Amino acid sequence: MANREYTTPQLFKQIKTPKIEVDSMRLSGPFKANSSHQQALGFPSELVDNWQQNAIDAMGQAVKQSRGLRVFLDSCVKCGACTDKCHYYLGSADPKNMPVARQDLFRNVYRKYHTPAGRFLSKLGLDWLIGGQEMNQSVLDDWYNYYHQCSECRRCTVYCPYGIDTAEITMAARNIMSKIGVGQKYSTEVISKVYQVGNNLGLPEAALQNTLEGLEEDIEEETGIFVKLPLNQVGADILLVAPSADFFSEPHVDGLIGYAKVLHESGISWTFSSKASEAANFGLFIGNQDSMRKIALRIREAAIDLGVKRIIFGECGHAWRVAYNYLETLAGPFDFLDKSFPMPQHICEFTHDLIKRNKLTLDPSRNDDMTLTFHDSCNVARASNMGCISGGQFSIPRDIIKAVCKNYVDMAKETTHGSTFCCGGGGGLLTDDLIEVRVKGALPRMTALNNVIEEHGVTHMATICAICKSQFSKILPVYGMNMDMIVSLHQLVGNAVILTDQKEASVKRNGDQYQLS
Amino acid sequence: MTIFFASAFYFAAAVITLGIGHKVFQYWSTPTPFRIPITPAPSTLPGVVLRMMTEVFLFKSLFKANKWFWLLGWVFHTSLVLIMLQHVIYFQQLSPIWIYQLQPYNKFAAYPLLISLVGLLLRRFMVDRIRYISSPSDFLMLFFLIAIGLSGLLMMLVWQTDVYLVRQYFTGLLRLSINPLPNHLLLYLHLFLVVFLLIIFPFSKLLHAPGIFFSPTLNQKDNTRQRQHQSSKTSDHNNG
Repeated sequence: MANREYTTPQLFKQIKTPKIEVDSMRLSGPFKANSSHQQALGFPSELVDNWQQNAIDAMGQAVKQSRGLRVFLDSCVKCGACTDKCHYYLGSADPKNMPVARQDLFRNVYRKYHTPAGRFLSKLGLDWLIGGQEMNQSVLDDWYNYYHQCSECRRCTVYCPYGIDTAEITMAARNIMSKIGVGQKYSTEVISKVYQVGNNLGLPEAALQNTLEGLEEDIEEETGIFVKLPLNQVGADILLVAPSADFFSEPHVDGLIGYAKVLHESGISWTFSSKASEAANFGLFIGNQDSMRKIALRIREAAIDLGVKRIIFGECGHAWRVAYNYLETLAGPFDFLDKSFPMPQHICEFTHDLIKRNKLTLDPSRNDDMTLTFHDSCNVARASNMGCISGGQFSIPRDIIKAVCKNYVDMAKETTHGSTFCCGGGGGLLTDDLIEVRVKGALPRMTALNNVIEEHGVTHMATICAICKSQFSKILPVYGMNMDMIVSLHQLVGNAVILTDQKEASVKRNGDQYQLS
Repeated sequence: MTIFFASAFYFAAAVITLGIGHKVFQYWSTPTPFRIPITPAPSTLPGVVLRMMTEVFLFKSLFKANKWFWLLGWVFHTSLVLIMLQHVIYFQQLSPIWIYQLQPYNKFAAYPLLISLVGLLLRRFMVDRIRYISSPSDFLMLFFLIAIGLSGLLMMLVWQTDVYLVRQYFTGLLRLSINPLPNHLLLYLHLFLVVFLLIIFPFSKLLHAPGIFFSPTLNQKDNTRQRQHQSSKTSDHNNG
């Protein structure tokens, strides 16, 4: 199924809506979970007997538990507004990647078994009139393929006259599949690592400690100042929860150095936790509340164990969604934290506040070799907020970039802010067995980026999501661009910030030396 | 026919009232496990009301999505509302004066109604993406609406029926007395299709009308930081 031959789409000036190519992505689904990972999450290790009925029952159960799901399944009028809004459809032309068609894979089964009209017409053999669909192997195959070609980015929802949220349907379908024994390898593997070790990458405490010490040395070498990157420090004011990729992936780690410098300059004590050494919550991706809660509770426990006053999240899109909109419900109340700070807080809010209050010494000229643009990550843009001001999730990161870099250009309006395109790797798709889907899904973003490169000489694209960063590092070269173009937002901050007592600091970056005047 | 339509309308009235009532209750009583508003979202109730109104009356999201779809959809719904207001006179011996004042304009609503319906139908046939997502029922519903509109227009322009008798008939039904319905083929077709649509309303995609008001992505406030989201029964909607 995975890793078959495919062609990288060609970049044009415009994002074009393709003619449909039925079933062109039918064989592009991901690897299935192995039995040990399935079991680690409490799911059956293989497809259960009588799975059809189990799936139908689970569907009825899911609908009873979610008003959104119920309304979304009932309300679609097939107006088609969403049909040209999904990056996977735009990049692949497979009509089942149109949001409404993706939903219909679920809706048609729901209609047949769980609506009066469907049951009545089925008895007359007329359920085809309303698109009723029997639950069978080919439906399950389609579910598995196409619900893993959705990044749950919710761009379609923005354009739907009823606000129908395909992500909710994708999550419900993935959860039902997990429950009948067909999980996705990547997500279940990641979640079982979180259960066992505490983070997505399976980094144990010793390795974490080692990495942080290495980074302390790097910062000291660069700036001459010792900046502590504390781990499990009881009594610290702030617990910083970053995505585990920030500890060693490029360009993530440069962002982590940025957080450390900012926190160091703030003078507020802070710490990482080895128990909550992961901001991500893949329970969201597989639509499973038990996993979500279990993962979320680690953060609560770590905060209590360390006795911190506030929790700040690093640059991670869906983690911020979960933190902002789910965490209190899953693992709250966080009444043991200091009430005078927002709960939870985003590192961008923290940095933005320091910049506003002139608490950071910044030298934007250190980023003079770059012309920046900003990729709004889907979960930050459409499922959260920052700074308690409308649209703060758009303005705060941009304000920070503009404070630390002189050259900034936005990409086309229909590809940013609330209309932003997913990077192509979100929602549990950031795995090599889905590389075709990821390459094709990145087309709209690559088009918009290519345009600002050609028209405005943009050299780098900043983002505040670990998945976006990993996805772009991999995909940019496929489209003939440099993988180093993608940078962490706090990497820019880290470049520009001058630490207190830092004398003749030189910043090593891209082989260049910068002298402080 | 008089008796047939009388029983059909009583039946339809019962079905649509109970059906929609049941659906609304069902939506109302189904938990919302988490906050899922599409952001930027309003953080206050007046803000949510404003957001809902721009969606319900102006179809704002659809406007963002596609100007053509928006134009067809908005013209269709607006004409339909005007025409339904015009039909109020069939249910009241004496309607409020503004209903009568609207009459001359309402006559013209039939044309945009039919033009937009034909546009919506053509779109379903001609745009490959829309054809792909359409079920037979999506086409049927448009055919029915066109037939209702066309029969109504023809009764207005070409082959009139006795509107006085029609009004006697429906005002009678409201008082549970059955008066004779004019013997008129187009009227029968018109009424039959209307009854049919009323009956399928709570079982079909026409549920988008009550549904939109319950859509959590549109009607939820973005205020999790001020107030913890209480899922009605968080522990109950686990997935096990």
